[in-house]
Amino acid sequence: MAKKIIEVDEVVVKFAGDSGDGMQLTGTQFSNTSALIGDDVSTFPDYPAEIRAPQGTVGGVSGFQLHFGKIIDNPGDYCDVLVAMNPAALKANIRWVKDGGTIIIDTDSFTEKNFKKAGCLEDRLKDIYEDYNVIQAPVTSLTKESLVSTGLDNRSMARSKNMFTLGMVYCIFDRPLNHTEKFFDTKFAKKPEIADANKKALRAGFNYAVTIHAMPSFRVHPSDTIEKGRYRNMNGNTAVAWGLLAAAEKANLPFFLGSYPITPATEILVEIAKRKDVGAKSFQAEDEIAGIVTSIGASFVGNLAATSTSGPGLALKSEAIGLAVITELPLVIVNVQRGGPSTGLPTKTEQSDLFQALYGRNGESPVPVIAASTPSNCFNYAFEAAKIALEHMTPVLLLTDGFLANGTEPWKIPAMADMPEIKHKIKPAGDDEYLPYKRDPETLAREWGIPGTKGYEHRIGGLEKMDITGNVSYVPENHEVMTKYRDEKVQRLENVYPELEIEGNEDSDLLVIGWGSTYGHLTTAVRELNNEGYKVAHSHFNYINPLPKNTIDVLKKFKKHLVCEINLGQFAGYLEMNHPDFEYVKYDKMQGLPFTVKELKEKIKQLLENK
Amino acid sequence: MSDQKYTFKDFKSDQENRWCPGCGDTAILMAVQKAMAEMDHNKEDYAVISGIGCSSRFPYYMNTYGFHGIHGRAGALASGVKTANPKLSVWQITGDGDALAIGGNHFIHEIRRNINLNLVLFNNQIYGLTKGQYSPTSLFGQVTKSSPYGTVEQPFHPGELVIGAQGKFFARSIDNKVKETTSILIEADKHTGTSVVEVLQNCVIFNDGAYNAITSKETRDDNQIWLEHGKPMLFGKDKEKGLIVDGMKLRVVHLSDRISVENILVHDAHETDPSLHLALINMSVTNGFPVAFGIIRQVEAPAYDELVEQQIANVQAKSKIKNMDDVLNSGSTWVIE
Repeated sequence: MAKKIIEVDEVVVKFAGDSGDGMQLTGTQFSNTSALIGDDVSTFPDYPAEIRAPQGTVGGVSGFQLHFGKIIDNPGDYCDVLVAMNPAALKANIRWVKDGGTIIIDTDSFTEKNFKKAGCLEDRLKDIYEDYNVIQAPVTSLTKESLVSTGLDNRSMARSKNMFTLGMVYCIFDRPLNHTEKFFDTKFAKKPEIADANKKALRAGFNYAVTIHAMPSFRVHPSDTIEKGRYRNMNGNTAVAWGLLAAAEKANLPFFLGSYPITPATEILVEIAKRKDVGAKSFQAEDEIAGIVTSIGASFVGNLAATSTSGPGLALKSEAIGLAVITELPLVIVNVQRGGPSTGLPTKTEQSDLFQALYGRNGESPVPVIAASTPSNCFNYAFEAAKIALEHMTPVLLLTDGFLANGTEPWKIPAMADMPEIKHKIKPAGDDEYLPYKRDPETLAREWGIPGTKGYEHRIGGLEKMDITGNVSYVPENHEVMTKYRDEKVQRLENVYPELEIEGNEDSDLLVIGWGSTYGHLTTAVRELNNEGYKVAHSHFNYINPLPKNTIDVLKKFKKHLVCEINLGQFAGYLEMNHPDFEYVKYDKMQGLPFTVKELKEKIKQLLENK
Repeated sequence: MSDQKYTFKDFKSDQENRWCPGCGDTAILMAVQKAMAEMDHNKEDYAVISGIGCSSRFPYYMNTYGFHGIHGRAGALASGVKTANPKLSVWQITGDGDALAIGGNHFIHEIRRNINLNLVLFNNQIYGLTKGQYSPTSLFGQVTKSSPYGTVEQPFHPGELVIGAQGKFFARSIDNKVKETTSILIEADKHTGTSVVEVLQNCVIFNDGAYNAITSKETRDDNQIWLEHGKPMLFGKDKEKGLIVDGMKLRVVHLSDRISVENILVHDAHETDPSLHLALINMSVTNGFPVAFGIIRQVEAPAYDELVEQQIANVQAKSKIKNMDDVLNSGSTWVIE
């Protein structure tokens, strides 16, 4: 039988199993290997909030989706290949498999007991077999068989079944095994028997797939647009941590992060805690409030200080953000958004903290707000947030979300020499006089007189301060002057923010508008529609407060404005408030999931056709 | 370390003192200024940090670096300041509401971490700035604006919390004893780790006379015992009374033919076991004891900020990663040609 070979530009694969089945590792290995051989890659891990949710249940399914090929901007909507380690994984993901797609199941775990745990799927299995190309492989028993000679116990052997499936998928897509083999050699350098078992299972899976011939083979055209250079895989949380550290190095300041663990922002703290090698200080505080307040203390004494959190934590930090506003100290507040309100959906993504970021404080309390839009550009926007904070003496709110935080993509490693300069406002010793609230006439930033500097002793705090001198002041007119200064200082950032760009076809009636993490899906949808002969444009906001200076000019060019976001229309409302002369059509989603390209295209087409 | 000589006047700011006439805070301010003039730091190395409340206005009256924070957060602010720059001499000025109610969490955790800062807790057993509501140290049954029929809450004893949080330095003074407070503050400064100094402070407006039993001329000798490390625990007008341990408890005894000074407990502030310190902290007039003042507990232990610096130095000595270029290129990378 001749083997069927499918030629494609892009493929989506999803590994799904119990949260203890090692699906995240499997997916990471596959995406690393693909990136290494020159594919563009985007990944999206999706896991339950519970560490070990009840085994075999739909609630306990952990998934890792990856999208690779020629030009990739998002982790993909529907999969070409689904690996389902048990009935629950199949049940949870079957609706995400493309019609006629390939499903690999471990028949050893498709037992009556497991069907029961997953709930009534057995009857549907026949249909699934008809509609999809289902590869039934006794993965668990074959893994054990391949490892008999290792002398490992039954349980340890079964643990390598994820590598057996990875080997199968490597075969389907003609990927080399050596990268994963090397990974195990390094990871288990001190336990060579474990490294060996995993490598054996991987090889066995690969060979099994070769032998059974039942599978399709894909030939994926690798990317020809990737720039030359050194690459690594990057996720949003690490990118934020490194962007902040890069800014500290560039500004030549010590770095301090006060933070409290919270999903999905915790890895920022974890990464900073590792980075004592570059002198970073991490302070795991007793609560969210102490997280930000210790950082304000660190900022007072001349550190680049930051705090990282997620929605509920941002709520707790509100009062302290106001303190940073009135003391006009540099501070980066990173909010990795998740589903809300309250505890909401801790591990799922959402863009619903926009209003909280913009307005969630008492008093007139303006804060610059910027949002990253891809996992790797979290590095650039974290760097940029720190640069704005230090050069303009203000707290800055950086928004990312669960989708960016955990998603990965290949990232061309920048050279520190190429990063922009950062000129902080620390007043050098030696002057006769220090006036804490004397401002730079251009930026309105005050100077930073830090403890330890002779002659600059002064007091700041949460009470309103007198213009220039910084003494406590209840003078009515002064409060108005200071309120306006704080607002004007933030508004003037439009002079340093880059202009809003237009992607796609400018000669269109319709502008698709997004902000933050929806970039990948929106840009793909708009690109595909333009390729299909539609005319559509896309503008994506990374700078939210203030809005880019040319926003109105961009909006004016189009008759219709479609705002797509993962909330109930907060950014659309914000645009309405700032630029009320336009009508904004809202397209919102509230499922803890990113948009799919498919649904975006449908919505855009509907607007284009309904003239 | 200081290369200059100062007097207390160097630490006075030009701001108008807005505390009520007769407020105990003014006497504490004087003690702090006198103590700082004697300590071995340059003026620019002091950072005076506070939260909210009457006591927290303190930084404005000091000609040092100062930060008047938000309610309850003085401990977190001071922790950040000291961790970020351990060279500074950090003074947290806080009250019973600021430190023990809204800031209770930060209070216990900064002590647990043993951050090398000095915490001066003004305890007036009332909320002053909000005009007379009960505080976490108000007495059970105390009638205040928010407890018109008397509180039904048990009060905190700050020292007990300090011991519970594994505190290593606890001292107690009283606002009108400027000389004694000054010398305690100097010792607090020398101690490495979180030093907590509770100062009983009279609020003339909302809780006047709260400490009368301890401070009045007629009773003060019998109701105050000033502890000194290595000295017997004696009190009374002619030091005719002392403390002994009877079973598991402290007992007040009168010196006599049968009980000499040799029988009296000798204060050991350096004892690591906190049991006796706790018993001393909890002595009160209502249970028949004098109130303990002076340095009750002073035990050496490594400070958080020093450990942080040490850990960074250790990692940096061993690591191949020296800068951000190294970090960015660390781990698994590949080249596209």
